[in-house]
Amino acid sequence: MQRKSLDVWVGLFVVLGAAAIMFLALKVGNLSAMSLGPSYTLVARFDNIGGLKPRAPVKSAGVVVGRVESIGFDDRTFQATVTLRMQADVKFPSDSSAKILTSGLLGEQYIGLEPGADDKNFSQGDRIKSTQSAIVLENLISQFLFSKAAEGSKGEEK
Amino acid sequence: MIDWLASIGRYVRAGLANLGLQMRTFGAMLIASAGLIRRIRLVTDQVHFIGNYSLVIIAVSGLFVGFVLGLQGHYTLNKYGSEQALGLLVALSLVRELGPVVTALLFAGRAGTSLTAEIGLMKATEQLAAMEMMAVDPLTRVLAPRFWAGVIAMPLLAAVFSAVGVLGGYVVGVVLIGVDEGAFWSQMQGGVELWADIGNGVLKSVVFGVAVTFIALYQGYVADATPEGVARATTRTVVIGSLMVLWLDFLLTALMFS
Repeated sequence: MQRKSLDVWVGLFVVLGAAAIMFLALKVGNLSAMSLGPSYTLVARFDNIGGLKPRAPVKSAGVVVGRVESIGFDDRTFQATVTLRMQADVKFPSDSSAKILTSGLLGEQYIGLEPGADDKNFSQGDRIKSTQSAIVLENLISQFLFSKAAEGSKGEEK
Repeated sequence: MIDWLASIGRYVRAGLANLGLQMRTFGAMLIASAGLIRRIRLVTDQVHFIGNYSLVIIAVSGLFVGFVLGLQGHYTLNKYGSEQALGLLVALSLVRELGPVVTALLFAGRAGTSLTAEIGLMKATEQLAAMEMMAVDPLTRVLAPRFWAGVIAMPLLAAVFSAVGVLGGYVVGVVLIGVDEGAFWSQMQGGVELWADIGNGVLKSVVFGVAVTFIALYQGYVADATPEGVARATTRTVVIGSLMVLWLDFLLTALMFS
């Protein structure tokens, strides 16, 4: 009888430990977020993806509607190929456009989907034609500096 | 000068011999473990002794570490106006570092010392010698079950520590301070990777379990058969075990997360 109660306690301990691991995996980790249920993929090409990473959210009107599945490089067009995994119950017109945006000033980058007006919807494997690249801060600064310098040299000519 | 060189040589040779003896004991114990398959009862007994009795101290420590992480994390994050990241901070620090390391340190103090004292006393009272007389291998009968029980119990205890700690951080952050509940969990789930963070944390705790348990068993096994010898062995278990955990933690972190 004493054997049995000891076994019960050991079993309880092991189950508790396993439950803790499950809790970590499901609630703390992103195992549950990984399976979106039924989904379809879209492909988008960007000239520059900035700091976009796999598993970054795809948002439309601020709501997460999918995630970035993988990022590749196409050496014929020299563009980044981004594969998006979209939730199956969310449909978008086939002339929707994708932008790479940043949440907050220094936050993570995500893809913003802007719905178009076409009657046809995207289906599995379609390509998003109109895309807008990430804003690279260095380019922005150098453009600003060049335009300032151009203004300055004009001023000297006068 | 010659004496000085000789003393260095002696020191290094003794160190190497000691290391070799440890490794041989370790190997012999692993081989002796094969005999355990038919006597799995011995292992469950030890899991009860090592695991169940450590559960309370581990859970309470985890809870309070979680509380403190919640308070301190909020204090720092608040300065940058990003207190929503509190959940991520608490979860990552617990799962990657604090869970395995603090659990292993407590484990060395709570379970390791009792293993050393038990085996040291068995040796001092010549129980191990008596077993050998009866053709029972003390490695199979005494060391191996305790070793495997430690290796099983340690990751489970570390997982309990992390889980309770996250709940502690939740209690302080969301319930007491008032961080947004949805942001707390979603930032955590967005930032914690299943394999890279949780899997490596579990792997760490397994390695620590092997190291701490074996050090405790070995120190008891080679303890001088006197009361002072057992006392010294118990102290050495805590000192060597804790230092080994910290050193292994640095090594594993450098390998895993670089």
